[in-house]
Amino acid sequence: MSNLRILVGVKRVIDYAVKVRVNRAQTGVEVANVKHSINPFDEIGVEEAIRIRERFAKAKSPTSVEIVAVSCGPPKSQEVLRTALAMGADRAIHVEYGKDNEQNTIEPLVVAKLFNEIVKKEQPGLVIMGKQAIDDDSGQCGQILAGLMDVSQATNVSKLDVEPMEAPKTLTTMCEIDGGMETLKCELPAVVTTDLRLNEPRFVSLPNLVKAKKKPINKLTPADLGIDIVSKLETLKVNEPPVRKAGIKVESVDELLDKLRNEAKVI
Amino acid sequence: MLMRLKLRNNFKATTNIFRAPQHKGISTYNVAVAGLTSEQHEFREAVSSFVDKELSPRAAQIDKDNEFPNDMWKKFGDMGLLGITVAQKYGGLGQGYLEHCIAMEQISRGSGSVGLSYGAHSNLCVNQIHRNGNEQQKEKYLPKLISGDHVGALAMSEPGSGSDVVSMRLKAERKGDKYILNGNKFWITNGPDADVLVVYAKTDMSAGPKGITAFIIEKGFKGFSTHQKLDKLGMRGSNTCELVFENCEVPVENVLGDVGKGVYVLMSGLEYERLVLAAGPLGLMQAALDITVDYVHTRKQFGKAIGEFQLIQGKLADMYTKLNASRAYTYAVARACDDGHASNKDCAGVILYSAERATEVALDAIQCLGGNGYINDYPTGRILRDAKLYEIGAGTSEIRRMLIGREFNKEFSH
Repeated sequence: MSNLRILVGVKRVIDYAVKVRVNRAQTGVEVANVKHSINPFDEIGVEEAIRIRERFAKAKSPTSVEIVAVSCGPPKSQEVLRTALAMGADRAIHVEYGKDNEQNTIEPLVVAKLFNEIVKKEQPGLVIMGKQAIDDDSGQCGQILAGLMDVSQATNVSKLDVEPMEAPKTLTTMCEIDGGMETLKCELPAVVTTDLRLNEPRFVSLPNLVKAKKKPINKLTPADLGIDIVSKLETLKVNEPPVRKAGIKVESVDELLDKLRNEAKVI
Repeated sequence: MLMRLKLRNNFKATTNIFRAPQHKGISTYNVAVAGLTSEQHEFREAVSSFVDKELSPRAAQIDKDNEFPNDMWKKFGDMGLLGITVAQKYGGLGQGYLEHCIAMEQISRGSGSVGLSYGAHSNLCVNQIHRNGNEQQKEKYLPKLISGDHVGALAMSEPGSGSDVVSMRLKAERKGDKYILNGNKFWITNGPDADVLVVYAKTDMSAGPKGITAFIIEKGFKGFSTHQKLDKLGMRGSNTCELVFENCEVPVENVLGDVGKGVYVLMSGLEYERLVLAAGPLGLMQAALDITVDYVHTRKQFGKAIGEFQLIQGKLADMYTKLNASRAYTYAVARACDDGHASNKDCAGVILYSAERATEVALDAIQCLGGNGYINDYPTGRILRDAKLYEIGAGTSEIRRMLIGREFNKEFSH
């Protein structure tokens, strides 16, 4: 009986519904007493991993699927790990750095390096990450990690298939591109990043939340993994984006053309 | 007419915010002040996202149609919400009253009426059977009530017995291995939908409180029926009706607790009922405040957001402090109950206080929304109508004050 281990990255971010505000010192955004939750794309990643495990179980595959959720961040990142565990992940790894209620930015390259060290220890057959985190929208970790691991990558996927056979060797993905759908077949191990339409994540039910308390969260520090997390970039100042001015209504097509030609000077 | 049109247009421009709340994240729930453990916080978040997705968008329609969304029971069951205080072996969560209050608060934030029905099912019926039932009764009734396959209710009041509950006249006479029940129950929450009901009746008409016995009634029992649904001011969608017992046959094994000891079942149950239902007004206040804070910072008059005027600031401050004081008291009493210190005085106290504050906060919300607060496209009117119930149901404010006063009197009576 073989084992397919899936590593899923989950990041704790400011909730998508929160109106984000720049902090008074203009060093970043206000994070204290602001609702945080699991990055939506990562939640989709956890859901997909669970669905793969369910498909394997349903097909009575001789390969068992184990799901490990990984988060890098301050102590409260445990909250999103517990969400992942309550959804169905088997265990979790927390790489802890920084403080709660402070903005703890590390660069995508650093996150990828931390993940790469965990990959060396865990030897996963598949790594699933969100295509981007909705706080800094970098959208780089998955790609850099695939580079560091020197394995295949499939990004922004909206469909993911791993055949529930004995020790699967490949996976098939689909992703939306400008001209239609692109189908990729890649060898395992691989790194996949999720897009919005991959699936609709399940609710965390209360019984599963209670059960998740018993699942282990392994805590590590960047030093344990031998990675220096000090940023190479310096933030000078953070500003609110300029407020968009209200549009105007024009009476006729002629007036519109006139304005485009003479005011906006775009035609 | 012109004024009205203007109002409508204004409403159209701003209403989307409430249909699909863009800023629901600026909920004024203060996590640090609420003093929840990280587990309780996650519990609250889980219920909160469930409510935002499954319930809140339907609240206005539920109120308008005065129909309970029956598919919610199964959803509540799948979510694990129906047996929060029940042991895991019956399908419950094995958590405490604080968790139950948190759930009740969140559901009521989404819809006051669904919250009330939820409270009646999960506390009045399920928790009472769990606390007072024997092993057989618990195994028979709890799993289906907790999975959401069955709906539960509790029946205490009668047309002629409201605050004076001990004067009830529903009569239960023993005949062989059955009790024969005759009489009526009134204002019964979930009555029209309930499969299983906890019902108090008199097994000895002359023994006063000592003649009361609690029974578990099934919808299908011979001689049991319900009258038409009541048309209420608020809590519309939480179905309420009269129950009719005409030679209703109840097997003796359906006596809940001991014969003649129903008053203890009733009174001790009322403590937890008042505590858990006190979280209903908390949710209504939270909903009212969240709408108001958002609205007064969007609505502009005299060139600035109305929230920047002192008279509105005053209202916001009052609403916020009333909510937080009510919540702090309710959570404190819930924690005490979980530590085994249930107190009649304080269980009456939390619902007395939070219910009256909720009506005030709902009225302030309407005032802050002005013309929009008075039209039914906005939820503030519904919140007011729902809030008022809590000053009447589960004991009126007057009875609650009497109970608290009487507890003090007792301490000086010897």
